[in-house]
Amino acid sequence: MTTTINRPAASPQAAQPTAAPAVSVQDVSKTFRLPHQQYSTLKERVLHPLRSTEYDELNAVQSISFDIAQGEFFGIMGRNGSGKSTLLKCIAGIYGVDTGRIAISGRLSPFIELGVGFNMDLTARDNVVINAIMLGLSRREARARFDAVIEFAELGEFIDLKLKNYSSGMLVRLAFATAIQVDAEILLIDEVLAVGDAAFQQKCFEEFFRLKREGKTIVFVSHDMYSLERFCDRALLMERGVLRQIGEPHDIARAYHKINFGTLPHEAPVSGPLEAGTAIADAWFEDTSGARVAEASQEDALRMCFEVRFAEDLDDPVFAATLRTELGHTIIVARSDERNAASGSFKSGESVTVRFELPNWLTPSRYMLTPSVAREGTGADAVALVEDMTSIVVYGNSSGGILEMPLQMKIERS
Amino acid sequence: MSTARLPIPGRAPVSHRVHGPSALSGDLRRFWSLTFTLARTEFKLRFYGSVLGYLWTLVRPLLLFGVLWVFFTKIGKVNDQSAPSAKFYGVQLLGSIVLFTFFAEATTGAVKSMVDREHLLRKIHFPRLVIPSSIVLLAMFNLALNLIVVFIFAIASGVEPMWSWFELPLILGGIVLLSAGVAMLLAALFVWFRDISPIWEVVSQILFYASPVIISVQTVKEKVSSSVLHLYMLNPLAVIFQQFRHAMVTHATPSAGSLLGSWAALLEPLAIVVGIFVVGFAVFDRSASRIAENL
Repeated sequence: MTTTINRPAASPQAAQPTAAPAVSVQDVSKTFRLPHQQYSTLKERVLHPLRSTEYDELNAVQSISFDIAQGEFFGIMGRNGSGKSTLLKCIAGIYGVDTGRIAISGRLSPFIELGVGFNMDLTARDNVVINAIMLGLSRREARARFDAVIEFAELGEFIDLKLKNYSSGMLVRLAFATAIQVDAEILLIDEVLAVGDAAFQQKCFEEFFRLKREGKTIVFVSHDMYSLERFCDRALLMERGVLRQIGEPHDIARAYHKINFGTLPHEAPVSGPLEAGTAIADAWFEDTSGARVAEASQEDALRMCFEVRFAEDLDDPVFAATLRTELGHTIIVARSDERNAASGSFKSGESVTVRFELPNWLTPSRYMLTPSVAREGTGADAVALVEDMTSIVVYGNSSGGILEMPLQMKIERS
Repeated sequence: MSTARLPIPGRAPVSHRVHGPSALSGDLRRFWSLTFTLARTEFKLRFYGSVLGYLWTLVRPLLLFGVLWVFFTKIGKVNDQSAPSAKFYGVQLLGSIVLFTFFAEATTGAVKSMVDREHLLRKIHFPRLVIPSSIVLLAMFNLALNLIVVFIFAIASGVEPMWSWFELPLILGGIVLLSAGVAMLLAALFVWFRDISPIWEVVSQILFYASPVIISVQTVKEKVSSSVLHLYMLNPLAVIFQQFRHAMVTHATPSAGSLLGSWAALLEPLAIVVGIFVVGFAVFDRSASRIAENL
């Protein structure tokens, strides 16, 4: 039909003697034109042939350059809309670049997302074959690898079930199992690890390591710092289309933390409850030198602070600072009445600042501080309490637990 | 899966440049297997999608045929049923309807094809031409099945085998080429101009009546001057349908060549078909690199 017209796909560059980078991105920019009207019509074009359509320009990727070495597990990080997916699509050849040059050595997998082209009305059997063909296998190869796919996905008994009856976890398993069948030397993966149950995720990670041991290059786009630090050899951070930083995953994760949680409410004190009574005027975190901080390294001790303005006379009130994760799990409750210590007497009109200092054993994440003041006793009779008044971002190493306590270990032969 | 493929030492892979998406790129084997897979999947879905499945794709042209047949032979009498060219009018009518159904399916299906397959275009690197090609191929599957019905109907009506049946590949080649050209053009234009869809619905409706589907060319010839007839026969569909009727059904109806005066005059509609194909490809090829980001 149209097979007579053939265009050479790419003019091969001169072979480089030493190992060329798997992916080489040089000064790549990509701008999208966003027209003001959603769609133009032929009618408009005919009636107003000279009117130029108005549009905004979005500089999704701005002159980015970097190389990815053969066999590297490379992460691309950034917030939503930072241009990381656009960059990946440029590397994959789904979007053409405006300026610059992208070169790859080795076979590139043609997909960037799992389960692309899955049809919910077909069985897993059909979908696996179709998907494999889309990924570049021939029909025969696709059929030959079918058993391996189903075995890996652990879906043996469901192969003739239509995909619409699959759970989302099963779908991901099937998609992942199909995707790794591709004989590509460079894999591009956009946000995949957030799904599936824990056991399968672990299996996926193992599979990634296997691919890596085989010398495959993996480019991985994510905003999950945990998988970034765990898997990547190197990473880059994008912000609003610009390359912010490139280097060790640990440093990138830290920089990402900063741009993600950089502006924290501690700079603009949240006013306490608008009542005439005792109120918490301000809450913040500070380091041991007394400077207010929005983020803290695990190595340094941390202070949780808040200021209380009394509107009544109170004897031995209970001051407390509760630290919770963003999910609302309580990690620490620091109380002034521990070991029956008396806090003292306070007069109406007085203002005091309460500071709790603690070693920072927290795992990297964001934590919310809830300061409170309660009447003498159990601490249940609160006179002032502000939920999640301020927050802090902790960076450092993560073992996967919620606390990174100093440990000692001994191994003795018995 | 279990075999570890270690990189072969000493063999440094050749670095090559990544180009953006295009209409045709990479190897043709992948182009074909993707086109075939997409068409086959779609066909399968239609086949198994409902209880009657394939019957539905057959019912539409047959119903249209039934209505037109009753109306134009029993009530309206547009054609002179006693004229020699009206021999096997039913087979002529059904054959033309089946061919037109193919053209309509291929082109109308192509209009929204790129937009409907946004999830593929935005996520996978593959030659963009695969999508309109698979739509045309799907229509070809249906055409093949419908032609079997036409064949059975022709034999049952008493049409006798003729040497000119060997012209069938040429006739089908012509309509496939034309449909593919229009399909590429519409698929690319719709991405930028969303009113192509209603416009094309009207245009294809006009083409149905502007081609010898219901009325034979003979009837047209009796009513209009030779220059108007010439204009009428510039429509490639008119040439294709008329030649189908002549070569496949009965020599009692004139061939497209004799209607135009000479076989050489057939070069004009042929040039139009090739022209549409070339323009269609050029437009598609030019827009292919930016289709994904404009969906």
